[in-house]
Amino acid sequence: MLWVDKYRPKTLDKVIVHEDVAQNLKKLVTEQDCPHLLFYGPSGSGKKTLIMALLRQMFGPSTDKVKVENKTWKVDAGSRTIDVELTTLSSSHHVEMNPANAGFQDRYVVQEIIKEMAKNRPIDTKGKKGFKVLVLNEVDKLSREAQHSLRRTMEKYSASCRLILCCNSSSKVTEAVRSRCLNIRISAPAEDKIVKVLEFIGKKEGLQLPSGFAARIAEKSNRSLRRAILLLETCRVQQYPFTHNQAIPPMDWEEYVSEIASDIMKEQSPKRLFQVRGKLYELLSNCIPPEIILKRLLKELLRKLDSELKHEVSYWAAYYEHRMRLGQKAIFHLEAFVAKFMSIYKSFLIATFG
Amino acid sequence: MAPLLQSSQPWVEKYRPKQVKHVAHQDEVVRVLTNTLETANCPHMLFYGPPGTGKTTTALAIAHQLFGPELYKSRVLELNASDDRGINVVRTKIKDFAAVAVGSARQGGYPCPPFKIIILDEADSMTEEAQNALRRTMETHSKVTRFFFICNYISRIIEPLASRCAKFRFKPLPEDIMSNRILHICQEEGLNLNSEALSTLSSISQGDLRRAITYLQSAARLYGSSISSKDLISVSGVIPEEVVNTLLAACRSGNFDLADKEVNNVIAEGYPVAQILSQLFDLVAEADDISDEQKARICKKLAEADKRLVDGADEYLQLLDVTSNTMRALSNTPEEFSYDS
Repeated sequence: MLWVDKYRPKTLDKVIVHEDVAQNLKKLVTEQDCPHLLFYGPSGSGKKTLIMALLRQMFGPSTDKVKVENKTWKVDAGSRTIDVELTTLSSSHHVEMNPANAGFQDRYVVQEIIKEMAKNRPIDTKGKKGFKVLVLNEVDKLSREAQHSLRRTMEKYSASCRLILCCNSSSKVTEAVRSRCLNIRISAPAEDKIVKVLEFIGKKEGLQLPSGFAARIAEKSNRSLRRAILLLETCRVQQYPFTHNQAIPPMDWEEYVSEIASDIMKEQSPKRLFQVRGKLYELLSNCIPPEIILKRLLKELLRKLDSELKHEVSYWAAYYEHRMRLGQKAIFHLEAFVAKFMSIYKSFLIATFG
Repeated sequence: MAPLLQSSQPWVEKYRPKQVKHVAHQDEVVRVLTNTLETANCPHMLFYGPPGTGKTTTALAIAHQLFGPELYKSRVLELNASDDRGINVVRTKIKDFAAVAVGSARQGGYPCPPFKIIILDEADSMTEEAQNALRRTMETHSKVTRFFFICNYISRIIEPLASRCAKFRFKPLPEDIMSNRILHICQEEGLNLNSEALSTLSSISQGDLRRAITYLQSAARLYGSSISSKDLISVSGVIPEEVVNTLLAACRSGNFDLADKEVNNVIAEGYPVAQILSQLFDLVAEADDISDEQKARICKKLAEADKRLVDGADEYLQLLDVTSNTMRALSNTPEEFSYDS
């Protein structure tokens, strides 16, 4: 089992990083009156962990028994019926899914499953009707229509089910949905918190952590706890006992991107552009999301550039990333950015050195 | 065991004024409608104004007061934006409902005037065709039906409809009236709210009473009965002022790396960037030491970034672009880039 999963806190009491949020959530649940919730924050900040712990707090250990199902729904859409297929993760008290995977049919899925849940409501020992919880991931990726249909369903079926929404940026969730939920911001853990967690894991695993080693990992992790724990485990596999100056291996794709960055700094020519295209394709075919590539590339470039160029380059990065979002093929825009950078850098070189 | 569900009503519904005369701060409308209650006659109405000022409340209250609970169902048709309101609905549902004639049997102390009411909530989201289809219906059935249009922007209601109605503008609630209402709710719910929190609540809700009450309820659920202004800010999703101030200070410093670090920080804290942009806008627009030209340059970029965010662009890149542009504007660097061929 990966350490990330092994040391995921199971209950709200054991949460180390967002203690205050966890305590508030606990208070919320013990009052037996749970509103719809919307968690937002950057990835690796612990949204999911908190949600799972919250479910456990609500329903007890039975939420751990989950089964994965690949369900097909037949949906009536006006004149024809559509088959929508989606993987769900469910226990007797909750259903978890990622409706954005259904593409443009996401709104049918959302409505259908909530209706289904409302139909067979769980009944507890006292014969009272309870409610189920529907956990929706990546709501920011849902289409506008799906989000609009959510707001209606949220009100209509609020007696029989509670929604827990989870997303990275709350600006992409419509105001109407946001105002119906209790919004909970989960910030990325600060570096000292990460160090604390790493030391905790180190102690549990019986590892000797040299002083400053955890801090170095935390710095590399970009404030993502998941990343930090994975890095620690990688280091453990690579070399143990740890030494003071042990190198922390960067992700190989990051290295690859920084290679691209130094490539295009060295030479600005159509030939180099062609070479870089191959590398970009390589990254894309390894399923690295294009916006991540662009962001990383910008970061690498910004590190090396003069400050007067930084403004210009970051302007174009924002420009091409936006176009990438509107367009279909990411490679065009990535390449356009690289070409733009080359042209800017070249004229900068000519202006300074003649 | 599944937890039991208390029948918990949102406070917005719970404390919605039931009678027209309890609607706060909208004296004109209240006077006209009280008159209506006495004479049992009224024109078509058009309520417009910002959200959370009591438009829907007023319409529902007058309908309830005119007809009472028994007749309400048969006399009032309420449609809002989440219902289907295409041209077909206007042609069938609304027309059919409008055509039915009713008598004026006075029942149980309610005036029960001889007409029905159709409340069209969020009417500005109706298509122009649907609005056009309503024109004739309004006139032909005006003997037995009254229309209440409710909208935020009167400019989106087509002129022929607007000219058939008595228009009422709902004003945003001033701070003292809002505070009164909030304090009343706090008393009823047994909440403890100090004066600082109260003024925070008024300022973050910007005259929108519904929003203020929603924030109050969320904060009460999350933090218990004594609420500080910090709790309210965290619930409302408003970004603490010092965060935006540091960002602007970083822009003023002219140091790109410092600004980049601030931007990274903001993203890691998980603040929604769209919200930052709007707060940054407020800050820039009010600043005394920024010239008009600089302000214009900054705001132009803010608008562009906002549009891009709506299109789904990456938050970090957009915010970086905005800060970089702000920095250039503040240091009066020429707008064109020097190396762009």
